[in-house]
Amino acid sequence: MSITAYTNARLMDPATGLDEIGTLTVEDGRIVAVGAAATTTGASHIVDCKGRVLAPGLVDMRAHQVDTDAAAAGGITTVILQPDQTTMIDTDAPVERIRRRAKDYSSVRVYPMGAATKGMRGEEIAEIGQMQEAGAVAFTDCRRAVANAQVLRRLLEYANYFGALIVQFPEESALAASGVAHEGEVATRLGLAGIPVMAEVIQIERDARLAEMTGSRLHFALISSAAGVEAVRAAKKRGAKVTAATAPHYLHLNENAVEGYRTFAKVSPPLRTEEDRKALIDGIKDGTIDVIVSDHDPRSEDVKRLPFAQAAAGISAFETLLPLALAPVHAGSLDLMTVLRAMTFTPAKLLGLSSGTLGVGANADLVIFDPAKPWRVDRSAFLSKARNTPFDTLPVQGRVWRTIVAGKPVYTGEPS
Amino acid sequence: MSTKSSDHDPYVRAEIAPPSGIAFPHKHLLGTWGLDPTTIQHLLDTADRYVDQNRRAKKTTAICAGLTQINLFFENSTRTLMSFEIAGKRLGMDTISMSTGTSSIKKGETLLDTAATLNAMHPDVLVMRHADSGAVKLLSEKMSCAVINAGDGRSEHPTQALLDALTIRRRKGRLHGQIIAISGDITHSRVARSNIYLLTAMGARVRLVAPPTLLPKDVDRLGVEVYTRMDEGLKDADVVMMLRLQQERMQGGFLPSLREYYQFWGLTRDKLAVAKEDVLVMHPGPMNRGVEIASDVADDFDRSAIEEQVEMGVAVRMACLDILTRNLREGGEA
Repeated sequence: MSITAYTNARLMDPATGLDEIGTLTVEDGRIVAVGAAATTTGASHIVDCKGRVLAPGLVDMRAHQVDTDAAAAGGITTVILQPDQTTMIDTDAPVERIRRRAKDYSSVRVYPMGAATKGMRGEEIAEIGQMQEAGAVAFTDCRRAVANAQVLRRLLEYANYFGALIVQFPEESALAASGVAHEGEVATRLGLAGIPVMAEVIQIERDARLAEMTGSRLHFALISSAAGVEAVRAAKKRGAKVTAATAPHYLHLNENAVEGYRTFAKVSPPLRTEEDRKALIDGIKDGTIDVIVSDHDPRSEDVKRLPFAQAAAGISAFETLLPLALAPVHAGSLDLMTVLRAMTFTPAKLLGLSSGTLGVGANADLVIFDPAKPWRVDRSAFLSKARNTPFDTLPVQGRVWRTIVAGKPVYTGEPS
Repeated sequence: MSTKSSDHDPYVRAEIAPPSGIAFPHKHLLGTWGLDPTTIQHLLDTADRYVDQNRRAKKTTAICAGLTQINLFFENSTRTLMSFEIAGKRLGMDTISMSTGTSSIKKGETLLDTAATLNAMHPDVLVMRHADSGAVKLLSEKMSCAVINAGDGRSEHPTQALLDALTIRRRKGRLHGQIIAISGDITHSRVARSNIYLLTAMGARVRLVAPPTLLPKDVDRLGVEVYTRMDEGLKDADVVMMLRLQQERMQGGFLPSLREYYQFWGLTRDKLAVAKEDVLVMHPGPMNRGVEIASDVADDFDRSAIEEQVEMGVAVRMACLDILTRNLREGGEA
């Protein structure tokens, strides 16, 4: 079998903390050697990384569409698909279909999350065991919290038997009501219905208690506020087995982004204040927030160019995930290894996947990127099906050079 | 501006020319947010002249003859629509009005398609009302003509704020320094928002008085004083502006009943006693008598300006139509 060697790379493995210049060799889709001491002996193909970072491919724990090409361009090698598909993923059949289709048509790995309750109605537990056997990696009602405490309790107890991870959307639906923006000065001035921060906090606090009561694992899909971070921090301190994620747009924008009724900045949960934005970065720093996701949600302009309250929420985010996540690194507020861990090793571990590491024997799912490379986001150059991004023309740093899945290049940036 | 005396109002009937000779430095009138005091002043001065014209026997001029005005109302309205229609006709415009009830324009068509359709008909002014905040701004981005916001969701209703300001200015002589209490459902009110932006820009002291459930979050950051008790909020007020209470607020759990609302926040003669002797009572209409306002207060000849507001409405809308179409008219007078 042919061996490929990636030389002169800054090898960064969040699983082990490895950070050194060296070589990584791949044979038969698996990593066979890694480190400064690794040699190119026997390699039929040598790729000079010229000092770029070589890390495990990104594991994006929250995407609403597979959008393979865009994922590969964003350095993502594993896409975790949300159950809110045209045919809802709430039984084993759609899980199998998606896994099969992904193997046939997708250059990146795709694992679906199943619905936590039947029809995502929050009333009855979905067939978690069967979906898990078919390949579902976690269970969630996606854009809705499981509101009924008794249902969630049973769900957590039941999922425990299967070792399955439950993912909760932290938003108390009665408080959020018909809100479309952060309840605060900007929404008040624009005359938009608001979603209070407490909608997030209350859901987190209640559910963390249920996680403690049942001894089960519970993951919060997206945290948007300082008080939300604090609630997760307190729950972790008490010993609750909770974890949490956020997305780069919450690290980059605040409520002012919706000024002028800009629907491209409409997301769920909503963008909050500057203090919240900073607290989220601090939350990643101290490990309160474990995971960074893209929350990739490609939407056609037909559903975006509408009055604010009617417009769909969501951002086409695969292709901006890495550079936006690197922004706090360049600003000096986070270190590169922490950010990489939140997008590789940690989500993989939570989902029970073997990827997210450069360990010998692991799948050769890799991303090679130049962390300092400056460029401008250009939505017209997106490979994604949709171009709904509030980041068009934004100057960013950090660009993917190669994305490799099972030893095969699936995205090639600039030539050398 | 002169600030020698706090009583001095630089914008009272100064009849100052608009800055750089431009009557209105915007293409559309989407809101009062961000309008500068001299622009507002000029709009009010112009409207003042139309008040006189409207009181004459011959009310119609032909200054806008040949121009087309479309009134597009996606939400039911009688008084605002009629006011805009009369305003247009008095300037000699060809006015066409459509509301969702009578037109087939909203058969699943998106707002931007509607905009493209209307734009192809080459109107010179589009007056629009819509139930969603920001909808008029969205549509204005696709229109080549001037767009006037006649109310969008809970966002803005600029001509209402202008007519309120004109009413106050004519009665009180000025806006600067006046204590103006706006009372009622602030959360869902576009009238309240437009008035807050305009009146604070003109140097008035704006107070909001409402039950806590009808005050939006962080509204104090808009440069207003916030009260929940009527006796405190109305104390020494020069003007009390009541807002219409929508009946559906009971279902939303904002209030327990109309009866209770009237007892604590309805404007009665007793509650009004703490205000200034010559307090002016206003209401954008249509009124719910016995809900937000007592009949004897609404009908108080000396203090109520409610009918005058309707009269000012026509004049203000004529001024807006006039000023927004000036660049189109012969001579291009500024």
